[in-house]
Amino acid sequence: MKKRTFLKTAGLLGTGLLLQPVIGCSNKLLQGHALPAFTPFSLPPLGYAYNALEPAVDALTMEIHHTKHHQAYIDKLNKALNGQAYKGTAFGIAEICALVEANDAAVRNNAGGHYNHSMFWKWIAPTTDNSIPVDLQTRINSDFGSLTELKKQLSDAAKNRFGSGWAWLTVHKDGHLFVSSTPNQDNPLMAALVEQPGTPIFGIDVWEHAYYLNYQNRRADYIAAILERINWQAVFESYTLAIQR
Amino acid sequence: MAFTLEPLPYAYNALEPHIDARTMEIHHGKHHAAYTTNLNNAIAGTDLENLSIEEVMIKGFDRMPVRNNGGGFYNHNLFWDILTPGGAKAPSGELAAAIDAAYGSFDAFKEEFTKAATTRFGSGWAWLCAHKGGKVEVCSSANQDNPLMPGIGCGGAPILGIDVWEHAYYLHYQNRRPDYIGAFFNVINWDKVAARYAAAK
Ligand SMILES: [Fe+2]
Ligand SMILES: [Fe+2]
Repeated sequence: MKKRTFLKTAGLLGTGLLLQPVIGCSNKLLQGHALPAFTPFSLPPLGYAYNALEPAVDALTMEIHHTKHHQAYIDKLNKALNGQAYKGTAFGIAEICALVEANDAAVRNNAGGHYNHSMFWKWIAPTTDNSIPVDLQTRINSDFGSLTELKKQLSDAAKNRFGSGWAWLTVHKDGHLFVSSTPNQDNPLMAALVEQPGTPIFGIDVWEHAYYLNYQNRRADYIAAILERINWQAVFESYTLAIQR
Repeated sequence: MAFTLEPLPYAYNALEPHIDARTMEIHHGKHHAAYTTNLNNAIAGTDLENLSIEEVMIKGFDRMPVRNNGGGFYNHNLFWDILTPGGAKAPSGELAAAIDAAYGSFDAFKEEFTKAATTRFGSGWAWLCAHKGGKVEVCSSANQDNPLMPGIGCGGAPILGIDVWEHAYYLHYQNRRPDYIGAFFNVINWDKVAARYAAAK
């Protein structure tokens, strides 16, 4: 485990490349070398303008969400890690999530916060191509029957999460897709915490901060708007990486 | 007998600038109203239907819709009750003495309560509770749980509470929860808190 997580993460620190779970890859070049120094996490750029998702998500919400909330998770995560790889082995954010324990609140909450938001920005990135790649469409049809049914399950999971949390579309380790939700900043990578672990390929932030300025108590309207703005190319990229594990 | 949403004992703008009118209106007219409706739906036709809200929260604790909406109904009733424009800056009398006994000073209590409210991760509440015998204690709970529920927080009866769901402050304070907590201390109705203390101890 120690060597494996190290191999996956070394050399990629501080880049956006660690946003995907990479357990299962390997990099023989690094074998046998001493562990590199830990590089603190930093806020990944959004990659698009704060107003790019209007009217589904307003610019002020995006700006505060990215520069205040996401930044705060990163700052608190770096503080909690105190310049060290998590448990001596985990450098990447996905690896850290996979190793967190329930009572390790500072890492659990802030590693989750960093991973979840980093992925969320990609999954809802503006796109002119709303088509679903055929391999993913096939998988969705076989696991849910239809895209409509998948969206209904995501919407229900997001609406029914009481309090702050996320709804997820996740790849199980046997390859099938399932929908679930988690409280606060937990996510399906956190195998020690969740009933149904796996690799998330899409998620909806249903903390009130994600929608309150524009939608207030109307969480259902926000969810419906997000479900029409899914960047399927980004979801497919996550899916492709997940099934290669 | 169904539970009803009572009107606020003051205008929506009465707590400005500490809590803005729009937040109060949506918080009361939408969030609290929804907990009330959902609670009534959850207990309709069940053994909980004619009980007090305290009994509903305790006996219905293992039924999530009852726990969540019963807590939401009770907690917001308490919250509106212990807020007021232009209240005293600090408690007096036996409540002040109990706070001093537990925390050393009002400022030390305020620090402890602020810490509980700041560090509650995600949605929830921070509380000052009174135990039988008169000891007071600060704690926090997740979502709409409260210390009257079995195994939640520090136990005892909540006599002061702050809602730290983002809906309680986001329109005005956004991510600045500590500013909202600081402002909350300007609108506490310490007479009401003292009355709850006297009843609970
Ligand atoms: Fe968020
Ligand atoms: Fe509330």
